[in-house]
Amino acid sequence: MAGELEFERPVVQLRNKIAELKEFTKTADVDLSSEIEKLELRLEKLEKDIYDNIKPWDRVQIARHPNRPTTLDYIANLFEGFFECHGDRNFGDDEAIVGGVAKFRGLPVTVIGHQRGKDTKENIRRNFGMPHPEGYRKALRLMKQADKFKRPIICFIDTKGAYPGKAAEERGQSEAIARNLFEMAGLKVPVICIVIGEGGSGGALALGVGNRMYMLENSTYSVISPEGAAAILWKDSALAKQAAESMKITAPNLKDLGIIDDIIPEIKGGAHKDVNGQAEAIDTFLKKSLKELLELSEEELVADRYNKFRSIGEYSFLKDYISI
Amino acid sequence: MLKDLFTKNTHKKKKYATIPTEAAKSDVPEGIMTKCPSCKTIMYTKELNKNLKVCLQCSYHFAMNAKERIISFLDEGSFEEINENMVSENPLNFPDYLEKVEKDRQKTKINEAVVTGCGSVNGNRIALAIMDSTFRMGSMGSVVGEKITRAIERADELSIPFIIFTASGGARMQEGVLSLMQMAKTSVALKRFSDNGGLIISIMTHPTTGGVSASFASLGDYNFAEPGALIGFAGRRVIEQSIREELPEDFQTAEFLLKHGQLDAILSRLDLVEKITNLLEIHQPGGDLDWQGN
Repeated sequence: MAGELEFERPVVQLRNKIAELKEFTKTADVDLSSEIEKLELRLEKLEKDIYDNIKPWDRVQIARHPNRPTTLDYIANLFEGFFECHGDRNFGDDEAIVGGVAKFRGLPVTVIGHQRGKDTKENIRRNFGMPHPEGYRKALRLMKQADKFKRPIICFIDTKGAYPGKAAEERGQSEAIARNLFEMAGLKVPVICIVIGEGGSGGALALGVGNRMYMLENSTYSVISPEGAAAILWKDSALAKQAAESMKITAPNLKDLGIIDDIIPEIKGGAHKDVNGQAEAIDTFLKKSLKELLELSEEELVADRYNKFRSIGEYSFLKDYISI
Repeated sequence: MLKDLFTKNTHKKKKYATIPTEAAKSDVPEGIMTKCPSCKTIMYTKELNKNLKVCLQCSYHFAMNAKERIISFLDEGSFEEINENMVSENPLNFPDYLEKVEKDRQKTKINEAVVTGCGSVNGNRIALAIMDSTFRMGSMGSVVGEKITRAIERADELSIPFIIFTASGGARMQEGVLSLMQMAKTSVALKRFSDNGGLIISIMTHPTTGGVSASFASLGDYNFAEPGALIGFAGRRVIEQSIREELPEDFQTAEFLLKHGQLDAILSRLDLVEKITNLLEIHQPGGDLDWQGN
């Protein structure tokens, strides 16, 4: 099977071995069924060992897997009648972010998400899922529209980060991200955010001020990429693996830190192994959280979001200190 | 003698062109065939009309008048026109203005450059305004502004979506500043409608320019355009002369606008009804998840 990752190689090797033996018994006149059975038991154990103990760096690899389902894959699986809306009505249409209107189990919703490409050509068109300011402004335009029509908003987060480039700076990358954080705080509709791949810094957060915040089990969310952190902290981006450990960027880490509400379990080995199955898991969480949030009034929704972000941060006070 | 004629014809080419006589010309009735200005294909007008005036070869969208638009877009027999008898005055006593309007009334069989009313799209009730570029180039004077405003107000009263097909060269010169003010009048009406939660869909068709593009045409919750439509504020020649620079070939086309973030989508006439129905239905609540917050 193509696209296997380093850490799951033992599983793949054993699986191939079993397949080989099975093939062999078909042609040769020997009975290896007991051996095969034994090996299959071992495979089961090995899979459990490996997939239950995925290291942060391995999760980074899964989150970056070229076949990992993207926003549009989930949209196709989760919603009916998706109607894509383009453009920020200002400068351009940034294809690194997709958005539009659709129905979720009959309920009108607005769906927005970062969008990576599936191949080089598409990646160039979508700038590898790294938005320019017009992408964030398109997202905001659609959120405001959702607010007007009282439609819940669902955001899929999947970006290495906002694009660092000259044109992006000229058009106000910082302002665009800041404006989204500010305006999302005031939305009078439920906002649900799900990190489906990489949650790269401010570029991810600009779609991330929600009432509910979920992460797929193997996604990451961080202030900077492991490579970037290693370069800044230790002046060596080759230490990315170590940085991935210490930065606490995985879904379980963020759950422990109280930043996300829940982890959406992934298909064994990663979402790319079964898109439909993964969409089903997301569907369950969406349904549950929408049901809860639709009980709240407009004021309660705004207050809920305020309280959620107001309470993040850890600090203490000194008893003995020198006053100026 | 016959033999002579025969040899003559085979050995010598004709040195003159044939000009069809008046009688021969009338053998082919006017308008039975139509030539596509884009791909130059010649096709039966009947077949072209059946295909909603979209070229069978290259999908070029021919202009549609208001009546054709109503037939192609709305459920059969659902259209009820409003204010169909409103006509222009000549507030500035502009020479020949009313004569020109009268001439266009005779030619187009409509009373002004916009037709307004209510109807339904696959059962979804809407108020709509359809501009007609065959009447004074779809230009907006007091009547166009007033009729559109009243259609918006009707949508507001009935709490139904408002859809407008725009086609206009801009403000009507003969009504001067009164035309200009129609931009503001329609916009304040749209703002009130929007604040009341009204859904506004603008579908820009060829051409949508000047004061119309700078007011209601651009104020939809969704702004769409037909493929290839010319949409812009200032005319190409005006811009080229003022900046002394040649503009790109696709300048101010629907495709140009989409690339520059001005449109939600370009919608082909062939699946327009289907796409708009989907959108209208997304704006209808339903399903087992109920929105308690409103």
